[in-house]
Amino acid sequence: MIRNKDNPIVVLVSRIVSPFIMLFALYIIFHGHYSPGGGFQGGTMLAASLLLVRLAMGSEIAQLQFKSGWGTILGSVGVLIYFGTGLAAMLLGGTFLNYDFLSLSEITSHTRSMGILLVEIGVGLAVMGILVAIYDDLLEGDPDG
Amino acid sequence: MKIANYVILIAFLVLMIYASLGFPNRGDANARMNRETSLTGSTNAPSYYIHNANRDAHTPNMVTVILADYRGYDTLGEETVILTAGLICFLLLRKKRIPNDQK
Repeated sequence: MIRNKDNPIVVLVSRIVSPFIMLFALYIIFHGHYSPGGGFQGGTMLAASLLLVRLAMGSEIAQLQFKSGWGTILGSVGVLIYFGTGLAAMLLGGTFLNYDFLSLSEITSHTRSMGILLVEIGVGLAVMGILVAIYDDLLEGDPDG
Repeated sequence: MKIANYVILIAFLVLMIYASLGFPNRGDANARMNRETSLTGSTNAPSYYIHNANRDAHTPNMVTVILADYRGYDTLGEETVILTAGLICFLLLRKKRIPNDQK
């Protein structure tokens, strides 16, 4: 089997392309209010940018960028952000996930917009963390990985 | 046995295609789900979303408003499903770390 991590072209191209995929993923998450996109799509692309480095250079080197144990933790943090947004709205006097009561802005509709953004960030983090974690779990104990 | 599997698969395929013939056309204004009011005379949910999404949440993308605001519970459930899948992979596939002297 050809070891891709020894191939300088693959390593160089993945090094150049990976940050741009990450940037575009962030654009998709934060621009989901105005164009097609959102947390699920952006999170998948964030995971793709991390997995590209893992595939091209091998899991050991990629640990410097994103450690294996972080994926599950980040997924839990993402779900907690989503749940916490809903719970904060409930504690501030509203109902669960009713962003009106978050009082992030003077205007009600702007507050809802910010609430949607918070929720989308949570979704993006969760999807990215879980996808990377599943890849790392599948490779666990593989000497080639 | 293999032939029986294929027969069942093709039978399901024919059933699905037959069932899909009953759907209204995409964007058909006279279909019941695309009408302004439902059978009971109240506003249909899609028509409410189209009229009020931008006013309610100051977000031009209607899909995002429906996904994260009107149907927030549903998206929370989806995210929990993803987290559960990740945790199951973690629990099933991670090996217990064996200390070096016991290898």
